[in-house]
Amino acid sequence: MTLGVAILTALLAIGLLALIFGVVLGFAAVKFKVESDPLVEQIDQILPQTQCGQCGYPGCKPYAEAIANGDEINKCPPGGDITIKKLADLMGVEPTSLDAAHGQEDIKKIAYIREDECIGCTKCIQACPVDAILGAAKQMHTVIADECTGCDLCVDPCPVDCIDMLPVANSTSSWRWDIDAIPIKQIG
Amino acid sequence: MQNSFDDIMEKLDNHELWDFPGGVFPAERKTLSNQTPIEKLAIPARLYVTVKQHIGVEGQIIVDVGQKVLKGQALTKSMNPFAVPIHAPTSGEIAAIHKHVSAHPSGFPELTIEISTDQEEKWTKLYPLIDYQNQPKLQILTAICDAGISGMGGAGFPTHIKSSPKKDIDFLIINGIECEPYITSDDRLMREHAWQIRQGIDILCHLLKPKHVLIGIENNKPEAIEALQVACRENTNYRVCIIPTKYPAGGEKQLIQVLTNREVPAQGLPVDVGVIMHNVGTCFAIADAIFSGKPLIERVVTVTGEAIENPGNIWALIGTPVSDLMAHCNYEQKGQKRPNIIMGGPMMGFSVTSDLVPVVKTTNCILAPTDNEIAGNNEQPCIRCSACADVCPASLLPQQLFWHSKAKELDKAQDYNLFDCIECGACAYVCPSEIPLVHYYRIAKSEIRVEQEDKQKSDKARDRFEKREARLIAEQQARDEKHRLAAQARKQAMASNGNTAKDKIAAALARAKAKKQNASTVHEKPIDPAAAVALVENSVQEVKTEGADTSTKVASSNQRVQAAIARAKAKKASAEVTIAQTELKDKVDAGDVIENKREVKQQDNDIESVSKQPSEAKMKEQGDVNHSHHTADISLQHQKPVKTDNKQLKITAALVRAKAKREAQKNPSSYDALNPEPEANVNAQKNPSSYDAPNPEPEANVDAQKNPSSYDALNPEPEANVDAQKNPSSYDALNPEPEANVNSPQTNISEELAKTEEQQSDIKRRRITVAVAKAKAKKAAQIEAISKEDKPS
Repeated sequence: MTLGVAILTALLAIGLLALIFGVVLGFAAVKFKVESDPLVEQIDQILPQTQCGQCGYPGCKPYAEAIANGDEINKCPPGGDITIKKLADLMGVEPTSLDAAHGQEDIKKIAYIREDECIGCTKCIQACPVDAILGAAKQMHTVIADECTGCDLCVDPCPVDCIDMLPVANSTSSWRWDIDAIPIKQIG
Repeated sequence: MQNSFDDIMEKLDNHELWDFPGGVFPAERKTLSNQTPIEKLAIPARLYVTVKQHIGVEGQIIVDVGQKVLKGQALTKSMNPFAVPIHAPTSGEIAAIHKHVSAHPSGFPELTIEISTDQEEKWTKLYPLIDYQNQPKLQILTAICDAGISGMGGAGFPTHIKSSPKKDIDFLIINGIECEPYITSDDRLMREHAWQIRQGIDILCHLLKPKHVLIGIENNKPEAIEALQVACRENTNYRVCIIPTKYPAGGEKQLIQVLTNREVPAQGLPVDVGVIMHNVGTCFAIADAIFSGKPLIERVVTVTGEAIENPGNIWALIGTPVSDLMAHCNYEQKGQKRPNIIMGGPMMGFSVTSDLVPVVKTTNCILAPTDNEIAGNNEQPCIRCSACADVCPASLLPQQLFWHSKAKELDKAQDYNLFDCIECGACAYVCPSEIPLVHYYRIAKSEIRVEQEDKQKSDKARDRFEKREARLIAEQQARDEKHRLAAQARKQAMASNGNTAKDKIAAALARAKAKKQNASTVHEKPIDPAAAVALVENSVQEVKTEGADTSTKVASSNQRVQAAIARAKAKKASAEVTIAQTELKDKVDAGDVIENKREVKQQDNDIESVSKQPSEAKMKEQGDVNHSHHTADISLQHQKPVKTDNKQLKITAALVRAKAKREAQKNPSSYDALNPEPEANVNAQKNPSSYDAPNPEPEANVDAQKNPSSYDALNPEPEANVDAQKNPSSYDALNPEPEANVNSPQTNISEELAKTEEQQSDIKRRRITVAVAKAKAKKAAQIEAISKEDKPS
């Protein structure tokens, strides 16, 4: 008799607890619903945001989504090995070398419009994924160097081939110290 | 938490100090250069004044190449609180404004103003602020900023910003430590100019209102200590503190720790612990700026090292190339396998990449050591001895930082507070493996900075990309919506006006049918191309005959109407023939109207048309057949017969106009403007009586012709010849407006006129043939189109 009561009490207690937790969890799932896939956001943070489309996707975000869905992580030439390494860390896979089919890692470049040759066709403006080209129809266009991601997408549409991709000039602020600067000797 | 002001003062009164962790004791080697007074350097022939010599942003250049400048004249203007101007160190001419090798470890060229000196040292007008106590603080700060003063101890932080803190200040600390080996510039300055340094301190006190002023000097400079003690004797608020010699006691954070035992928080500023620190050189420059109005144009530079014959301290103008300093002190490169000049001290300096590197506001030392003084690169593996950790004045773990920096594990390096490293070099100095630790840290730091910049840039790019995507989608939606509304409106309009539209179509079809009937009565149904050609010729013949008739000037309106009808019939007939000529048809179907834009001409030998011939012929000869401004001319004169005595005049005018057109073709935009107005004027002058404009509003027709398919072909009026007119502007020419005939007051071109008259008839004939053929093709296409529409209905 007492055993039966004990079992019944235990079952009731467990059942009650299950019910309470179920309600709490159900409420939390609705209340704190995560809208977007945090993994996609994390991958997107790692990608270099050149929006160049060399990976075969129309921008970095779509590629991030593709990676989250199981695509290869080595399709981003602008990011290079560093990006692949970070993605590998995030995704828990082995870092691989860059897929040559999508291009080679290159030095950082930005677009430059030879302004006296520009005919003002606006084709490059339409091609620029980050609105970094300024201009209007039949007016000279120019690239906002600070905004240019070096994606190359404006070069092909130009009917007069007046866009060059120039390497970003080194400056004292972007310079990395040379290891062979001055060695120190024990003077005393 | 931190020591209170009273505690600190009590301890200082007892001549006790605190200590900072770590530190090293390198050989000082200061006696090399501190034995002789500061010398004056002869004015160099060229000065290279770097535009940005401080932390912050550069000013805006306000001089031009070739401009004469006076000593002390500002070369840049401060546009930003963090911009500090630079000044001409002596009088001369601006030789160039260009990129010149910079006083930076990289040696990358930076924007530099090159001055060709004139050795005259003509000063610009100076504005001292002697009664600074009575001036508002802002004015003193402005004077300090305008004098171009930035911290002269090493970092080059703008002094006026440091001198206007928002918080209360306990201590103003004047840094006369100069802890790095070899350097003696502050030492000599204190010895020789203690009074002026004190004046500078006075000004800073007036600005900062500190509770107490501490002047820290290392105990290896007894002369300097004495000089400043004497200078500050009357002022009880100033205290000269003698600091034990230990490297790097002159570091800002270390000196604060030694004097107050307060620790500047990571990524914080001394002002956070109630302290402001200035270098003695800065105090000297402030006194110069306020009491004599002189901007910062020169500084004391120690030129030393065993490779130099006469080491010493020199007053060097800002912008003096290192080569001049070395020449002055007899740099002999003895004991050096390769030239090696270090800017700064042996612990924190860098090798210059060129002897044209200029002296900047933060340059305190030029060191030319022998190879024995400075070792080569003998880096050995780290043995984990932790000697570096013992000497680190910032209590970091240098070996861990080294490990992670070398492995490019930048995140981990930052976890070990890489950015709290002051790059003093003590760790590298004690390293038994001679690892250049500081360089690894510098590389890691710069890589982190670059990475952070990239991160910022990519965040911005992402933001811009997403905004653009959103905008494109919004635009597409707006367009779709607009199209939908427009379609709706069209449907409604169709529903309400359906009857009238149908009526119109029916009427047009009826007209077309009538025409077709008419035409087929003339020529039954010739089909083959040869016959078509014959027909074309036929019709031309007819046209010509008619033309001949009309040229007799008895052309009454009746006759002309008849002639026109006949022509139309002929055309229609031949048009039917050309239905078979698919290539022509294709042309029309494809909307390729370039050819058809050319004149399709029915000549009725009017004087008018005759006069037009040569001009257009000329244009043809130019080969400019595709030009859109080519006249498509229907020159039927059905209003009034033109008098014969106008003929000469008109031909002349036509020639002139042809010329004008030729001009206009070169410059199409001017064509429209060129055409009607002057003509009208001339008409009025030349031919007032006989020249009555029968069609006063020719432009009214223009708009009606935008749609070639609904064109005059459907019109029973025969004179409306088939013409593919895309361009309303060329339609002006098409209009049989008599104004277009007489052009210009020029009359002395009768010679040309004679020649062209001979050509006229031939050219005309050819042109007629071509034009008629084209017209027929066009018409045929239209008829076919109509009949297609007709059949189903």
